[in-house]
Amino acid sequence: MPQALTQSPKSSRLRTAMLVGLACLASAHAFAQDIKRGGTLVLGSTQVARHLNGAVQSGAATALPSTQLFASPLRFDDKWNAQPYLAEKWSLAADGKSLTLNLRKGAVFHDGKPITSEDVAFSIMTIKANHPFSSMMGPVEKVETPDPLTAIIRMNVPHPAIVLAMSPALCPILPKHIYGDGQDVKNHPRNSVDVVGSGPFRLVEFKAGQRTVLERFDKFFLPGKPYLDKLILSINPDAASLMLGLERGDIHIVPFTSAPADLKRLAANPKLVISPKGYEGIGAINWLAFNLTRKPLSDLAVRKAIATAIDKNFISKALQGGYSPVADSPIHSSSPFHVTDTVRYPFDVKKAAAMLDAAGYKAGPNGERFKLTIDFYPGPDDQQKNPAEYIRTALKKVGITVEVRTSADFPSWAKKMATRDFDMSMDANFNWGDPIIGVHRTYLSTNIRPIVWTNTQSYNNPKVDVLLNSAGSVMDPTQRKAYYAAFQKIVTDELPVYFIDQVGYHTISQKKVGNVPSTIWGTASPFDEVYLK
Amino acid sequence: MRFFRQLLSRVLQALALVLAVVVLNFILVHAAPGDPVETIAGVSGGMSPELMAQLRLQYGLDKPLYVQLAVYMGKVLSGDLGYSYFFNLPVASLIGERVPATLLLVLGAVLSAFVMGTTLGVLSARKPNGVLSQFITVLSMVGFAAPVFWMGIMLVILFASVFPILPVAGMRSIDSSGGGIADVLDVLHHLVLPTFTLGLVYLAQYSRLSRAAMLDVLGADFIRTARAKGLADRVVLYKHALRNALLPVVTVLGLQFGNVMAGAILVETVFNWPGLGRLAFESVLRRDYPTILGVLLFASIVVVVMNQVTDMVYRLIDPRINAQ
Repeated sequence: MPQALTQSPKSSRLRTAMLVGLACLASAHAFAQDIKRGGTLVLGSTQVARHLNGAVQSGAATALPSTQLFASPLRFDDKWNAQPYLAEKWSLAADGKSLTLNLRKGAVFHDGKPITSEDVAFSIMTIKANHPFSSMMGPVEKVETPDPLTAIIRMNVPHPAIVLAMSPALCPILPKHIYGDGQDVKNHPRNSVDVVGSGPFRLVEFKAGQRTVLERFDKFFLPGKPYLDKLILSINPDAASLMLGLERGDIHIVPFTSAPADLKRLAANPKLVISPKGYEGIGAINWLAFNLTRKPLSDLAVRKAIATAIDKNFISKALQGGYSPVADSPIHSSSPFHVTDTVRYPFDVKKAAAMLDAAGYKAGPNGERFKLTIDFYPGPDDQQKNPAEYIRTALKKVGITVEVRTSADFPSWAKKMATRDFDMSMDANFNWGDPIIGVHRTYLSTNIRPIVWTNTQSYNNPKVDVLLNSAGSVMDPTQRKAYYAAFQKIVTDELPVYFIDQVGYHTISQKKVGNVPSTIWGTASPFDEVYLK
Repeated sequence: MRFFRQLLSRVLQALALVLAVVVLNFILVHAAPGDPVETIAGVSGGMSPELMAQLRLQYGLDKPLYVQLAVYMGKVLSGDLGYSYFFNLPVASLIGERVPATLLLVLGAVLSAFVMGTTLGVLSARKPNGVLSQFITVLSMVGFAAPVFWMGIMLVILFASVFPILPVAGMRSIDSSGGGIADVLDVLHHLVLPTFTLGLVYLAQYSRLSRAAMLDVLGADFIRTARAKGLADRVVLYKHALRNALLPVVTVLGLQFGNVMAGAILVETVFNWPGLGRLAFESVLRRDYPTILGVLLFASIVVVVMNQVTDMVYRLIDPRINAQ
């Protein structure tokens, strides 16, 4: 009888566990040996950061450097799971009204001062008062600090987004001894100069609109990290130049690339890797917004006919090279709250024309039913302008004459949106992780305001208000998903906006870059594990 | 005494001109749709109305335009250019950081265009119907006709993909740590394409202008006299003819300084050159009023000063003007 079979099941399990353990250790050792320490990584971006303090400034441009300079209580993996970061433990109360953070011992800021719960409390209240996403910390009442390593965030209502709000891009922990000097934090001089955080890299140089140079922080609270010596964020407003820099090997990573021509061309380059991962948290959706205060767009039948006359597959495949998948919901498909059971509008020109006839918009002698204008967000042509031009030709086929209006720049377009000086507009909307942060704002009737990226469509459905408010105040994910499922169905049926596609952001990197950030926040995350092979 | 009176009069005229430019710029900049707070909300991915109102209050954008203008004029007269709304940094320091890059580019382009354009013009004037003259004429036409931004883009494509021997973006290598002779060489290496692009159109102009002026001067009596005296052709050409032929070129050079600064905006944008032009362009897009106005004020002062310098150089080259 073989010896193995004579062993007790317990000893067999033990041996298996030991073997697995040894294999893991060997693998970890091999991985550790693979990682090369040192070197300078260059990240190229078109986006210009106003300053480096992500506590008072949202957006990817600031998040990129801010997440390197400032640590946050938690970080997230690529499956939306919270991971310890500055807080080694955390617990959310069953009623969803308090979150306790237990900070690491010995963590220090770049100036050597220890990080305490006072800094956490100060940072969270600063974010609540100053961050552009007011719903993110809106329910927070106060932060208690029973001891230097414990912070308890108290909320007046259950706040299901509070854990996600502890992400590096959303909750940088600021040193109170610097930013708590009484000056307005939004305009604090230390947002740009001599910035002190506790992230994996410390600031060497910030040249506004040009470059940010960071170097390894030797006393970073995660031992042995970061692997890189230096990280340079190089700004070039011209995306084509960035691509050339990548090809020449001057730049190692370029995130937020969506131009199909670039993606297609660079995919053939054996030195580069192109990945769509890392944009799940941002959740960007291109949509066609309707101004519901204007006729005939206030007529649901017209909006449905327009949706039916648009071939989203053409936009996705032909105009965007297949890099931007079709969108059928206000919630990005990467979100846990996304559902596929929404109202769809299969492309059918004849049906669209018949729908307009039935709605009373008969074609005139010249074949025209009515005229509309379409604006577009003055971003990359392939995402906004080209679809707008396509929609003009598509709607012509059903007798709608569309004039494409170009805005010289963002403020010009934003002004039109804010003042409702538009019929239709192509635009990109970001979910920002939890729907509470990025989705509610464009559908709640309480948020019909003269400000871009609010409910500028003037959509008003009390049932949607109730669903969103309910989903924003219950903690049970299943219950939340049910509310959001009902919301997605109603909104796709009533079409205040028609969802076109999910922005096909990709990160392009040199093959020599190891551990390219691919969590839900992608490159808006700490680069402590990134290395150069 | 008369000289000082003239000088004082010119300084007062220049000051009045600059102030008028400031007021005009202020009104024009504020006439554009949208405001800086909307831009900040845009780069933030949205913003609450309360925060937007707070920012407008902080920046004084809630006040009537004439009040904003009065506040701004008061600050400018006391030497304060204000804070950039977008970068939250003093405008003076933003401008100060960018001035060297623009001066390097503009002066490099103007001087190289002046020297090369004049040389080519003189060479082609020696034998107006020669092969060299024809070649320079064609070259000038091409240089004059090609838009600056188009030429820049073509050069970027050529030197980025086909002959990757020259850098096509930025002022320094990305991983440059700065300082030392290596840094100077690095900057000069990066300067080649932007300078050539910006200077080409002026090189074409100067060569045409100096050619025409030389042809004119070479037919004058004093040149005939000089030749009759048996002076060497080189002496006649460079000592007697060129000095006189330079007058129109110098005049144009000074008057065109404003145009060169404007051209720098396009070149800096194409080549990602970190100068004032790019700062101005991006500030316009962001409605960063203090920065736009600061850059325009700086440019106005430079143009006014350059006009005065041109006037003085003109007098140095042609003593008859002083005599008059």
